Amino acid sequence: MLRIRRFEEKAAELYTQGKIRGFLHLCIGEEAVSVGTLAALSASDNVVSTYREHGHALARGVPMAALMAELFGKVTGCCRGRGGSMHFFDVGRRFYGGNAIVGGGLPLAVGLALADQMQQRAAITLCLFGDGAVAEGEFHEAMNLAALWRLPVLFLCENNLYAMGTHVARHQAQPDIARKADGYGVPAEAVNGMDLHAVETAVAAHGAAIRNGGGPRLIEARTYRFRAHSMYDPELYRTKAEVEQWKLRDPLPAFAATLRSAGRLDDAGFAALETEVAAEIAAAVAAAEAAAWEPLDGLVRDVYTADAPETTSCA
Amino acid sequence: MTYREAVRSALREILRTDARAFLMGEDVGAYGGSFACSKGLLEEFGPERVRDTPLAESTFLGAGIGAAMGGMRPIVEIMTVNFSLLALDQIVNNAATLRHMSGGQISVPLVVRMATGGGRQLAAQHSHSLEGWYAHVPGIRVAVPATPADARGMLLAAMREPDPVFLFEPAVLYPVEDEVDEAAGPADLRHALVRRAGRDLTLVAFGAALPKALAAADALAREDVSAEVVDVRVLRPLDLPTIAASVARTRRAIVVDEAWRTGGFAAEIAASLAEQVFYDLDAPIGRICGAEVPLPYPKHLEDAALPQAATIAAAARALMGRHG
Ligand SMILES: Cc1ncc(C[n+]2csc(CCOP(=O)(O)OP(=O)(O)O)c2C)c(N)n1
Repeated sequence: MLRIRRFEEKAAELYTQGKIRGFLHLCIGEEAVSVGTLAALSASDNVVSTYREHGHALARGVPMAALMAELFGKVTGCCRGRGGSMHFFDVGRRFYGGNAIVGGGLPLAVGLALADQMQQRAAITLCLFGDGAVAEGEFHEAMNLAALWRLPVLFLCENNLYAMGTHVARHQAQPDIARKADGYGVPAEAVNGMDLHAVETAVAAHGAAIRNGGGPRLIEARTYRFRAHSMYDPELYRTKAEVEQWKLRDPLPAFAATLRSAGRLDDAGFAALETEVAAEIAAAVAAAEAAAWEPLDGLVRDVYTADAPETTSCA
Repeated sequence: MTYREAVRSALREILRTDARAFLMGEDVGAYGGSFACSKGLLEEFGPERVRDTPLAESTFLGAGIGAAMGGMRPIVEIMTVNFSLLALDQIVNNAATLRHMSGGQISVPLVVRMATGGGRQLAAQHSHSLEGWYAHVPGIRVAVPATPADARGMLLAAMREPDPVFLFEPAVLYPVEDEVDEAAGPADLRHALVRRAGRDLTLVAFGAALPKALAAADALAREDVSAEVVDVRVLRPLDLPTIAASVARTRRAIVVDEAWRTGGFAAEIAASLAEQVFYDLDAPIGRICGAEVPLPYPKHLEDAALPQAATIAAAARALMGRHG
C-alpha cells in the first residue's frame, strides 16, 4: 500500500511539473482493494483492469520502473510508452490492461476465462471495474454470459461512490451493486474496501469457490478515492468535509496500526519501509528520465504482427 | 457447391484440424446458423465448439477477443453487419487497438464473419454494406469474399493470421454455385485479383458488386468494349498495386461499391488511383455506388438503390464516349 501511495504521490508531482501528460487517475484511498485483491490471486490468474490501474499493476508485481517509464512515455515503459497512465499491460504477468473504455474490459475478462475453461487451465480471471461501469450494457451482458457458461471470473467492483462527478445514487436505480448479481444467479458480497484483510479474505473465499467450478462471483468493494477523479477535476460535486470524513478511514494507517498491535511493525520498521520505497521511486524516476523515446520509425510498428505468414495460392 | 456450403466446408475443416478453434455466435448451433452456414456442425462437434450465444454482440465479440488472447482461435459470427454496430466498441477499441497500445505484447488472432449487403428486400436494418467503415480502422484486416472458392479459401487463410480478420459475406451470394476445390488450401489474403482481362477500361468491384460488374463486362463485350474486372477482395490492407496496374493498362476506371457514395470506400480507391495513375488516365475515374438512402423494402426501389449490371454498363459506355 505504501508503494502505491508514494508512487502515485510522485506521479501527481511529476504531472504538475509537466513530465507526465495525458489523463492521470490516482487510486489514493483505494489501495487496500488493490493489495488485498491481488494478494489473494496466483500468478497463473488473469487480471483485467481499468484506467485507474496503477495500484492494480503494482500489486500484481509489474516492476515500478516499467510503470514509471510508461508514464513518461519512454520506450522502456511496460508498453513502449504507447499507452501511458491508462494503458498498462504486462502480458507476462497476465495483466491485460489498463482499458479506458468504461465497461469495455468485462467482455475481455469473460473471453479470457472462456479460454481457460476450454483449455482446462486452473486459473481464474479477475475483472476490475468501477461503479460507473455497472450502468453499461456490457456489465449485464458479461454477467449473463459468465453465469450461463459458468466461467471462472471474479467480477470486482471498486465502488468509490462516484463515476467522475456523479454519485452512485444519481447513476444507479439500485445503488446496492452486490444485489445486481441476484438477477444472474451469481453469488455476491459487499466488503469494506478500506480494510485490506476483509478484501483479501473475501477474494480468497470467492476465488476458491470459482476455482472449484462454482462459476462467476461478484464482490463489491466499498471504498473511496481521496483525490480528484483526474488531475483536471475541480471536484465541484462533493464537499471537503465528506472527503475528510473518509480520510479517517484511510486504509494505510489502519493497516499499519493492525501490524503494530500484532507486534509486526514499529516506528523504526515503518521508517525503514518509507526509505526503501523512496529509493525505489527515485531509481524508477531517474531511469525513466534517462530512458530513450520510441524511435520515430517505430511509429507504425505493432499495428499488425510483422511476421504474418505470406499465403500464396490464389482463389 | 454454393457459397454457403463453401463457408461450411471451411468451418468443418477448421474445427477438424485445429483443436483451439471454435465457432461462436447467435444461432450458430441448434438453429444451424441464420444463413445455414453452420448447419450440422453442432451435431458433429458439440456445443463446446459450436457455441450458441445470447443476443449480446458486444460481449460475445469481446469474449472472442479475450479468448484469442487466452490462446484459443475463435471464429465469431455476427448475424448481419448492422448488428455488428453493437460491438463496435470491442472491434475498434480492443480488437484493432490492443496490439499497438500494449507495445506489441498482445496478439488477437480472432476471425469475425458477418453477412453484409442488400438485395433481399429486408429493408434498412438488415441490408447495409458497412465493410468500408471497418476498412477505415488500422489493426484489423477486412476481406470480402465474392466467390464460393474465396468464401472457403479466405476463411481458411484468416485462421492463419495472427491479427483480427473480418470477413464480410455478401448475403445475396450465399446461394450462388460455383466450382470449389476442396483440396485447395487457404486463399491469398493479401491481393486483389483480375477476374476478367480486358483492354478498354477497368471495373473495380468487390463483394456482391463483383457478379454485377462481370455481367456488365459480358454485355459490353457484345458491343465490342473490352472491360477488365478487378476484384478488390481485401479492403484493408488494400492491394493498390494490382488495381493501379490494371487501370494504368486500360487507362479508364469505374469503381463499383454497393455502399453509399459519400465518404465511401469507392472514394478511397478513386482517390488512390488519382494519386498513382493520373497521368495514365484517358477519362475521369467513375464511381457507381448505392443511392444515398437507407435501403428501402420494395424490390423496385431496392434495385434502384443498388448498382446493377445495366447501370455499370451504361457508365462504362459513357466513359468510352459511346452513347445509346
Ligand atoms: C464508455 C465510456 N464512457 C465515458 C467515459 C468517460 N469517463 C471516464 S472515467 C468515467 C467515470 C467512471 O467511473 P467508475 O466506473 O465508477 O470508475 P472510477 O473512476 O470511480 O474508478 C467516465 C464517465 C469513458 N472513459 N468510457
